[in-house]
Amino acid sequence: MSNPLKDMEKPDVIFAIGTNMTECHPVAATRLKKALTQGATMVVVDPRKTRLAKMAHLHLPIRLGSDVALLLAMAHVIQREELYDLEFIADRTTGGKAFVEHLKPFTPEWAAEICEVPAEDIEQAGLIYGRGAPSAIYYTLGITEHICGVDNVQSLCNLALMTGNLGLEGGGINPMRGQNNIQGAGDCGAVPANFPGFQPCDNPEFAEKFSKLYQREIDAERGITKVTALNESGKSIHAMLIDGENTVVTDPDKNHCEHALKSLEHLVVIDLFLTETAELADVVFPATAFGETDGVQANTERRVQRLRQAVPPVGEAKPDWWIISEISKRMGTPGFEYDSAKDVFNELCSVSPIYAGLDWDRIEHGEYHWPVPDKDHPGTPRLHEGEFKGGMKGVFKIINYRDPAEVISDDFPLWLTTGRRLQAYHSRTQTGRSAGIEYLLSEESLEVHPDDAEELGLVHGGMAKMSSARGEIEVPVKVTDMSPKGTVFTSFSFANVPVNILTGGGYDPVTQTAELKVCPVKVVPA
Amino acid sequence: MTVSPEHYTEVNQLTMTLDGEPVSFTEGETIYEVAERHRREVPTLCYDERLEAFGACRLCVVEVEGIRNPVASCTTKATDGMVVKTQTEGIEKHRKTLLEMVVSENRNVDVDELSGYSSQEMTNLVDRYQARTGRFQGKKSGKSNTDDKNPFILRDYDNCISCYRCVRVCAEREGDYAINVMNRGFHTQIITEFNNDLRDSDCTFCGQCVQTCPTGALGDKKALRDADTPGEVKKTRSVCPYCGVGCAVDLLSKGDKIVGVQPAMDGPANEGALCIKGQFAFDFIQNADRLKKPMVRRDDGQLHECEWDEALDRAAEGFKKVREKHGRHSVYGIASGRAPHEAAYTMQKFMRAGFGTNYIDNCSRA
Ligand code: SF4
Ligand code: SF4
Ligand code: FES
Repeated sequence: MSNPLKDMEKPDVIFAIGTNMTECHPVAATRLKKALTQGATMVVVDPRKTRLAKMAHLHLPIRLGSDVALLLAMAHVIQREELYDLEFIADRTTGGKAFVEHLKPFTPEWAAEICEVPAEDIEQAGLIYGRGAPSAIYYTLGITEHICGVDNVQSLCNLALMTGNLGLEGGGINPMRGQNNIQGAGDCGAVPANFPGFQPCDNPEFAEKFSKLYQREIDAERGITKVTALNESGKSIHAMLIDGENTVVTDPDKNHCEHALKSLEHLVVIDLFLTETAELADVVFPATAFGETDGVQANTERRVQRLRQAVPPVGEAKPDWWIISEISKRMGTPGFEYDSAKDVFNELCSVSPIYAGLDWDRIEHGEYHWPVPDKDHPGTPRLHEGEFKGGMKGVFKIINYRDPAEVISDDFPLWLTTGRRLQAYHSRTQTGRSAGIEYLLSEESLEVHPDDAEELGLVHGGMAKMSSARGEIEVPVKVTDMSPKGTVFTSFSFANVPVNILTGGGYDPVTQTAELKVCPVKVVPA
Repeated sequence: MTVSPEHYTEVNQLTMTLDGEPVSFTEGETIYEVAERHRREVPTLCYDERLEAFGACRLCVVEVEGIRNPVASCTTKATDGMVVKTQTEGIEKHRKTLLEMVVSENRNVDVDELSGYSSQEMTNLVDRYQARTGRFQGKKSGKSNTDDKNPFILRDYDNCISCYRCVRVCAEREGDYAINVMNRGFHTQIITEFNNDLRDSDCTFCGQCVQTCPTGALGDKKALRDADTPGEVKKTRSVCPYCGVGCAVDLLSKGDKIVGVQPAMDGPANEGALCIKGQFAFDFIQNADRLKKPMVRRDDGQLHECEWDEALDRAAEGFKKVREKHGRHSVYGIASGRAPHEAAYTMQKFMRAGFGTNYIDNCSRA
């Protein structure tokens, strides 16, 4: 997030797109509710009638995967009505002229055709966002899990840049991170493009820095992504170390994924449970869980907080860092002589400029938001105040709408979208093992609009067979008007409804994020 | 730093007399807030600093010069020149009487501390004022809805004192309006919209009502399963392991067992709030399915439990062999978005220091 969570109580206009926040980030959503009681105006873009959508002043249930068209038309309205911030554009951005020129044909009427919502609503959304002082954008995976995920994000940036809604209290562009420490995984360099602290791998300066630190020559080029690695399994990739991820259930295209892992010569998995993924491994290690280990975590607002051990680990479980270090030592890799989580974290701080001012003891109370470049720095709750990093200019990107990887057809006439539910988390390896949760959410269901249900002969509580170009699953039907006519919804939380057999028709060319949010399907009574 | 004269007078513009001592305050502060800052222990029951003051219990009354009846300090704003007494004999007697009445209407004064964050507030006051007399032995108020089958929230209205904190936290902090108060006095009940189980209401089971209840009328059913487990309750500050909001929590443990979770009221990201996952989905930690020993696949094709040395050597040997056979670009690492920094950092180092490649990713793409 560019802005801290507490800023969520302060926007004049809330623009929430592709985020089911009351279910996925409930405590953050309470802050938006507070802003609403204080008079904020909210626009929600989501195909489904979520709780957040019901609270909105304007709800746009756009067709799956049509976000870029909507955002182009909103920019068009802002431009036409001169709601832009000329000073901000002149001082802090480049590419504005070409962008404005590009916007001309993208009227609300044009977008209405694609998004399947009224042009007037699109017009209103542009006016409301453009007039907000300030306006804040919130989004989650509903924006990124598309073949055009990067285009979606850049379209949102364009809106914020043209209206100068960056670096302001109560404004900004705020992706809400789904997993407790997914932010931290990136911060720590567990990505193919960056060393720790977002120092690019393809910059020889950093490759050299880390080659020295780690006492061996490291490639000065990006690694392949996880998606490519899975595709390459059995071809050029022959061994994997997987830490705490149930790849087989949560990744798209389950059959492909399982096959990929099975074709490895050597698979090592570290996890809390014998997950579907761990069952395929050659070696499985028991890791300590939350409450059993000390450590550090960074939240969605870049706040760096400490986790503390409350009880001894179950059985012989060990911290992940210890297991990984032991394997490394036994392979003869130098530099893994850590005695504690504190040692590991302090080493991270010493190699990462955004953590340079932090150490284990300084984050005791969790008051720092990175970047914290030196020991005297108070941290950075709000990014982009006054200027962008290093005095750089914000760049307007020329984006064009394109269709999802697969669109509905006679064979697969319904749109399927996937998401999460309040009471369950991912593949339920944890919530599914917590007493009482099943009282509220005992099984998966497929949300089907009443009109579609009637047309297809589906009954509430009955079973449906749902198929895509990749496979077929069975799932109980829930008739509800949560999803618009023509669109069905389910979550990916239950192993007996492996919806990722169906999804995965395409990937974003830049990030290789799978298009989990859009999948044409056929649904018939089972 | 020198304080400029203008600044000095501005800060000191507003003063009042608190138990004979001149004190300054800022515009808008209530008498209670001023007294609290000056460490006067004014008792409260319907007050929760995160909520709008409500003024229902009248325990927080103080004497204000020039006003005949005592005023509720939690709802009365301090004014310039006000003269306030917080602890006169009359006021203390009034407080004791009020507490005795409350006690006489309640079935239990003593509730287990696992009931919730604020559950000891009434008990502590009753002891402070020695109000356990049973002087008003009268009818019991309220009616319990202990037959609500939900596994998280105990609803025992025999202990309800109509402070409305639960209703207010649900409305003001959560914006959910799932519960309300029906009747007053002896017949008070906190009900859902159609007076049915919480599951069938707008309740999201965030547990905030449980944590603010000062009497244990609303209790944490999951934590209370361990009420009889021997041992002191230990609190350990940590962070919720689910989503990216990063709510701070206090893990409650007895001996080696995690028995519950309470929100950290001073948690910087959540300020005392939690959702159902952070509040109630903690017991996966000590679930019987947890892996307890390393496992290796043996010749029979099955995974078998083994000692650490064997598993670590097998893991290391396997990677070395593949590296020798297929080169260093044949190994890949996937880090977790759930595990702490130390896991992610060592994972990327495992690849970069071990193989010299950037063949590392995490699960943000799932
Ligand atoms: S249930 Fe508890 S919090 Fe709610 S009104 Fe009764 S005593 Fe107060
Ligand atoms: S308590 Fe809920 S909102 Fe807070 S971090 Fe945990 S899952 Fe997220
Ligand atoms: S605390 Fe002031 S009236 Fe209850």
